[in-house]
Amino acid sequence: MLSSVQNPRTLLLHCRRSKPLHHHYHHRHYAKPIHATPLSHPISASLPTSQIQTIQKSILSREKTTRQFAEEFLNRLRLTEPHVKSFLHVSETVLDEADEIDRKIDRNEDVGPLAGVLVAVKDNICTADMPSTAGSKILENYRPPFDATAVKKLKESGAIIVGKTNLDEFGMGSTTEGSAYQVTANPWNLECVPGGSSGGSAAAVSARQCVVSLGSDTGGSVRQPASFCGVVGLKPTYGRVSRYGLVAYASSLDVIGCFGSSVADAGILLQSICGHDKLDATSSKREVNDFTSQFISKDYFESQPLKGLRVGVISETLGDGVDQEVVSSIRGAVSHLEELGCTVTEVSLPSFSLGLPAYYVLASSESSSNLSRYDGVRYGNQMVSDELSSLYGGSRANGFGPEVKRRILMGTYALSAGYYDAYYKRAQQVRTLVQKSFKAALDSHDILISPAAPSAAYKIGEKKNDPLAMYAGDIMTVNVNLAGLPALVLPCGFVKESSSSLPVGFQMIGAAFDEEKLLRVGHIFEQTLQGYSFIPPLIADEFKS
Amino acid sequence: MGLPGALPVLNSKVIKCAVMLGLALNCKLSLSSKFDRKQYFYPDLPKGYQISQFDIPIATNGFIDVDLPLEFGGGHRRFGITRVHMEEDAGKLLHTGSGSYSQVDLNRAGVPLLEIVSEPDMRTGIEAAEYAAELQRVVRYLGVSNGNMQEGSLRCDVNVSIRPIGQLEFGTKVEIKNLNSFSAMSRAIDFEIARQAELYNQGQADEIVQETRLWEEGAQKTVTMRKKEGLADYRYFPEPDLPEVVLTEEYVNGIRDSLPELPEMKRRRYEEMGLTMQDVLFLANDVNVAEFFDATIAKVPDIKLAANWIMGDIAAYMKNEKLSINEIKLSPQELSELIASIKSGTISGKIGKEILLELMEKGGTVKGLIEEKDLVQIVDPVEIEKIIDKVIANNPKQLEQYRGGKTKLQGFFAGQVMKESKGKANPGLVNKILIEKLNAKS
Repeated sequence: MLSSVQNPRTLLLHCRRSKPLHHHYHHRHYAKPIHATPLSHPISASLPTSQIQTIQKSILSREKTTRQFAEEFLNRLRLTEPHVKSFLHVSETVLDEADEIDRKIDRNEDVGPLAGVLVAVKDNICTADMPSTAGSKILENYRPPFDATAVKKLKESGAIIVGKTNLDEFGMGSTTEGSAYQVTANPWNLECVPGGSSGGSAAAVSARQCVVSLGSDTGGSVRQPASFCGVVGLKPTYGRVSRYGLVAYASSLDVIGCFGSSVADAGILLQSICGHDKLDATSSKREVNDFTSQFISKDYFESQPLKGLRVGVISETLGDGVDQEVVSSIRGAVSHLEELGCTVTEVSLPSFSLGLPAYYVLASSESSSNLSRYDGVRYGNQMVSDELSSLYGGSRANGFGPEVKRRILMGTYALSAGYYDAYYKRAQQVRTLVQKSFKAALDSHDILISPAAPSAAYKIGEKKNDPLAMYAGDIMTVNVNLAGLPALVLPCGFVKESSSSLPVGFQMIGAAFDEEKLLRVGHIFEQTLQGYSFIPPLIADEFKS
Repeated sequence: MGLPGALPVLNSKVIKCAVMLGLALNCKLSLSSKFDRKQYFYPDLPKGYQISQFDIPIATNGFIDVDLPLEFGGGHRRFGITRVHMEEDAGKLLHTGSGSYSQVDLNRAGVPLLEIVSEPDMRTGIEAAEYAAELQRVVRYLGVSNGNMQEGSLRCDVNVSIRPIGQLEFGTKVEIKNLNSFSAMSRAIDFEIARQAELYNQGQADEIVQETRLWEEGAQKTVTMRKKEGLADYRYFPEPDLPEVVLTEEYVNGIRDSLPELPEMKRRRYEEMGLTMQDVLFLANDVNVAEFFDATIAKVPDIKLAANWIMGDIAAYMKNEKLSINEIKLSPQELSELIASIKSGTISGKIGKEILLELMEKGGTVKGLIEEKDLVQIVDPVEIEKIIDKVIANNPKQLEQYRGGKTKLQGFFAGQVMKESKGKANPGLVNKILIEKLNAKS
């Protein structure tokens, strides 16, 4: 909520700066925004506002009802879903729940900080009242007997869960093409992928089918789709949010993350789901501070609000193999940060490139183990057989898609006798190096910057037959998972893709448990970034004045 | 169940039990240990892996001291303990008679277990059985488990190998499963030793292969279950869902200080008290009996009497009624009271036995029963003389016969006096005064 502060300070300059920079970063030609016309719809103002704050304020003051908001989103969902296909399941009780919230408000009862907010949940997060398939045929129609802790907390906050979103099967993939059910399209260009594995959750927020959504991030599965879809993606520190109820992919790397159309929304969502959970032995007992009261209006920003903040750009992330236009968007973001008062330097992380193979060895190994339970015996799809090994074999061969099988085989191999030392153990040692190099860099910098992906969204089908090319796209994100650090991705520019523009996000990495700082920087960055609108063309008509 | 999204959480009591057991077995504790996943597919293993400890178990390098049963020659033995580790149980398979289907019972999946691995130090079936029995005693003493083999709270697998005398290298080991009691274990091992020795003697030593054999209780022999297993690859790796187990010195010392007196220590203490080995083994080997005994002698330190009562009348009663010492209604305090009453002469030994039975069956106190049934022994000679006079007066015929030479009738008179006095007259005094009176010339 807006806090009342004394005197509003002067507004900041927008990011079309002219003065040269102090180091070797210099301007490239910016991708121009498509929709530069002033927009009057509250959802669409060129500076993103917190939808959560707007909705809460509105329903509590009875300016609008929860039902009205719910209907707006559901209508948009219905119109866009045939094109985007973000959802595997849409709840049938959304309006009932909205009505219940309105009734509570009428009775002057407390309704919770997320009351009235439609939230989509990635289908690898267990919901007891909706199927949870993890994007796989082996869990077709599976209904968990319990809610994930994160879902339980959402419900306690008053959120309305609008449905379950599409993903690459078991979180393995970067495009949602790995889903056993459907491919989600990028709302910016329906021929392009939304990213993955949380592609459905990113697309749903991007197309404004819901307010915010939950995804999961093991090697970049929240951050890369956030970049591809032009939304905010927040990956918390490992252990911040309980993993109980998150279908495990790689236990030491998995986290539940948040999508929003603004930094504030992603932050408010995170606040409601984090905290220690005794059902997850790896969840942190660290106290959770309040990181939402800093989402104040830009009117109250100081000049140079980020003065003194030491930013390090990871030099290994702007070189070969990264799209030129992505590089220029990142450099634009860096310039903007400098205008806000940051001190930007380049920092090298020597073990950076080792992270990718180490990640794939560790993630495959852990997932090969985590997926052993899917044998068709106690739940899920079963291939009936008279003989045990064919029951297992048939259920799994039928139920798992090719990418999952690939990773189970890789992981089993890496853990097998004679290979454990050369692969798994070695990868853990690399992991230690990665952690150390991040720690060193974050001792002398407040945040580190990189792209979230080496390119903008590519065409559906383009990387499908080339898994290694797809894996290579994770280079920007996996190291953060290996180190367990928090990261925030927010849109900062565009890449021109024939007739359309595709958004580009930049990644900010913080020290462990320092989500508060990341969100503060992200919020200030976002609220002062003039001249961009991150509303996809698909729904832009609704928001024209 | 291994449901999607479910996570394991360590039960802190398991650590306590593991540390207690590790200390009781004289092991070195790993102040920092971890869990590992042991991976294989089987219907009773819902996750497809078992959470266990592979290379850094919580306790290693210990030993246990046992006393072999007297009927097998007795003697002390010390057996090495290789390791103690924590792991989770799998489910249970129930095979139907028809064989057309089997059922999986997952109730015990995830229940914590402690696995104890011994050094190959035993040489006979009876040594192994006594080792297992001592482990059972220890876990019962510690309260870590009820150690019931029938319930599956204690499970044993055995590995047996033989080698020619003088050879340092161990022979091929054979695993034996399906041992449901200590005596089965002992017989199975002896059978297996004999089987392997026979093969050696016939020059067929190479037919002894590393395999798992089942003990068939009916046929009293071991049979091949799985042949040529080789080493399974369990693809162990550290369990990422559970943090490292870190013990502090204070924690360990706290547990060490609170350990109860273990069976071995009790046996040595009872031996020093002067009890025979037979008494020692009987009293020390059941923690409840030992507690009862210790509580009794705490009040009245007559060790021999207490031991005799417990091993005699009380044990017999327990056996007849199929009760444990905790289930009889007699308390140690009352037993010591009984012993004291007899020692002080308040009641006679015979009365004591009667009271004991009532105390075991119905409870109550010694003092209460003595008062209620008016059992106090009569030790006043004047009192006894009165009764004797009465009896003699009532039985003139027998008196005449006695004085006529039938001295055996003394027993009759003594019996009448006891009857008249309701058993309370002190037998020694009765006889003394009776003989005087009977032999007096009228």
